[in-house]
Amino acid sequence: MKAAIIVFPGSNCDRDLAVAFEKAGADVTMVWHKDTELPAGVDIVGIPGGFSFGDYLRCGAIAANSPICRSVVAHAEKGGYALGICNGFQVLTETGLLPGALRRNANLKYICKPVGLRVETTDTIYTGGYDKGQEILIPIAHHDGNYYVDDAKLAELKGEERIAFTYLENPNGSVADIAGVVSRNRRVLGMMPHPERMAEPEHGGTDGSAMFRNMVDQLVTA
Amino acid sequence: MKARVHVMLKNGVLDPQGEAVRHALGSLGFDGVEGVRQGKVIELDLAEGTTEETVKEMCEKLLANTVIESYTIDMG
Repeated sequence: MKAAIIVFPGSNCDRDLAVAFEKAGADVTMVWHKDTELPAGVDIVGIPGGFSFGDYLRCGAIAANSPICRSVVAHAEKGGYALGICNGFQVLTETGLLPGALRRNANLKYICKPVGLRVETTDTIYTGGYDKGQEILIPIAHHDGNYYVDDAKLAELKGEERIAFTYLENPNGSVADIAGVVSRNRRVLGMMPHPERMAEPEHGGTDGSAMFRNMVDQLVTA
Repeated sequence: MKARVHVMLKNGVLDPQGEAVRHALGSLGFDGVEGVRQGKVIELDLAEGTTEETVKEMCEKLLANTVIESYTIDMG
């Protein structure tokens, strides 16, 4: 299974994400934002956390319009897989691949702590390694993670079971406690929490590793 | 020529920064501030002849996130 991790100026979780994929058995290539093409045969694109382009204008807005992101959008539109974590989620909403937007946290604070999540759907390669309703502990680290969608879109997300994770205790004001959502074809996931930071015993927990294991298993056998 | 773009959170989208400013004004003794919305102003220095239509395209593609933000354009 081949993964490509996009690196923007200001990305800071790119290596953590690469290690999480590698430990799960993926073949990982790092891709610089000025590149225009993804490596041939990439199954999944990972968009890491961090502060791409210094969060200038809006979090993720400049990155979403970078040369490589045009290829990421094309990859996803052809049915390719993409995973955006934290800033990567912001980038994916800015590209329009995922609905909604991430606003400033309701309490205006940067929040960095492990939080409880509930797995809301197991019908994705990302969450298939969990049980529906399973509660897991994954860290968040963000200032702008307050997810917004309007009522009509929220109803659509619920109806199509596209909410991947919810917070057990809403830390940031997100609509409907949403921590992560998938695209209509269920192949693009954006989430604010960082599973790559809870993937080895040395991290203090391994609740995130099932995501990477399942992605690799599903895409190898695909 | 110059254009000025004002970007604001849409009505109905909670603006926590505006709320914090409202509270701060209240604690300074400014009574009667019933609401504060905080946005941004983007000044563009443009080649002569750039149309408002082009600036609108800039807003739609990059300067505003129309999921949560609205914008207005002042040309010249």
